[in-house]
Amino acid sequence: MRWIEAAALGMAAVAGGWQQAPPPVQLPQGPGVPPAVATSPATAVQPPRFVVVVDAAHGGSDTGARIGSGVVEKDITLGLAGRLRSTLRARGIDVVMTRQADMNLAPVNRAETANHAQGGACLTIHATATGSGVHLFTSSLTPTANARFLPWPTAQSAYVTQSLKLESEIDSALAHTEIPVTLGRASVEPMDSMTCPEVAVEMAPLVAGHVTGAKPVTDAGYQKAVVDAIAAALEQWRSDWKE
Amino acid sequence: MISKFQKYLFFAMLVACVAMAAFLIRLRNRAQDRLQAQAASAPTEIAETATSAPKTVTLYVPNDLDDSLTAQEKSLSLPADRNAQARVILESLMEAYRTPDSTHPMNVASGINDVYFLAVPEGKDATGGAGQMAVVDLSGALTQAQPSGIEPETLTLLSMMATLHANLPAVTQVHFLVDGQPRETLAGHADLTRTYLASDADQRPSPSVPAGAGQ
Repeated sequence: MRWIEAAALGMAAVAGGWQQAPPPVQLPQGPGVPPAVATSPATAVQPPRFVVVVDAAHGGSDTGARIGSGVVEKDITLGLAGRLRSTLRARGIDVVMTRQADMNLAPVNRAETANHAQGGACLTIHATATGSGVHLFTSSLTPTANARFLPWPTAQSAYVTQSLKLESEIDSALAHTEIPVTLGRASVEPMDSMTCPEVAVEMAPLVAGHVTGAKPVTDAGYQKAVVDAIAAALEQWRSDWKE
Repeated sequence: MISKFQKYLFFAMLVACVAMAAFLIRLRNRAQDRLQAQAASAPTEIAETATSAPKTVTLYVPNDLDDSLTAQEKSLSLPADRNAQARVILESLMEAYRTPDSTHPMNVASGINDVYFLAVPEGKDATGGAGQMAVVDLSGALTQAQPSGIEPETLTLLSMMATLHANLPAVTQVHFLVDGQPRETLAGHADLTRTYLASDADQRPSPSVPAGAGQ
């Protein structure tokens, strides 16, 4: 079985995988991890860097769901991820993307990118033609205590509690925009292998209601409202995630 | 000139041949009767359709708009065989997917190839006791008809798990195959490589719609 060294200094050591240490000054820290770099008395302790990992689901030959005529999920997710990256950077939040082009990317590579970045929040972006509003999913794994080594297929189990808090933060922000939100637990790759607070955001069409009008997933205004709400939630999460 | 002894011998052999032929014909007829009797008593598709009195079953029907599962009761004539019972119950759930006013529309004629049961050793299931694992062999047609997305795919799996557990409480775990083969996902999202606990259906999504926002 493949194992990952959680919250270790530098990159996660994965059996049979890669190993590389990032520059010490930029080293992010996981929750509960002591300062990784000994600082001189004259140097102030660097606050942990807050990085958001954005994973645009599907890509390349994996087109994902068919959203409409000629529109496939992989294009919607890439567009949404790019828009979210721009919005977060405008708010001073660092972003790591798992993919920035239409390319095949295995789930294991997505999880490796996220775990290497040691993100304070990881979002996997999906889209569907079914349902209404935004669906938020966290891993269906049973929460476990954090450990030095975590089995690769269930590494997320140590972060499920934090993932649920992040989900709640995004839920609140979307509720302010009066976009219907549904919360759930699911087993979807690569969520279960990620060692960060992870939420899958699935955007569905907006069904007409008392307040909202019907809007397709491709509607630019609808997409902007969702992205702005998620960015606001992540800005709030930046100050909450260490607690 | 043929001797009297040779004549007697000839007629004796002729009688023996006729008697042996009659005996062989009789043996053949008896063998044929035995084979027919075996064929009649062997389990067949016809035997599987032998049904008991109608029984009330609970179907958990998904709703795509609020991510919920709604219990619906239905009266069904179930076969005596347990595997066939599970298949009939799940096919009845597929019928609910096919109705014009379905809240989880999926146009699939036959979604379940078969359902098998395996014993789960004591202490290996979620409750710590001995249970059963249902192996549900889905048809390729179902995966083609399944709308792609985390929500619709997860709801399909949860509705089948909840329905199986409600009507066959011994089922504590569920594993899915497609046309008899392991498969990574149902339609690009929901993981089919893992074995699900029947209690996972209790984690089904709950609606969280802000006041005033519509569906």
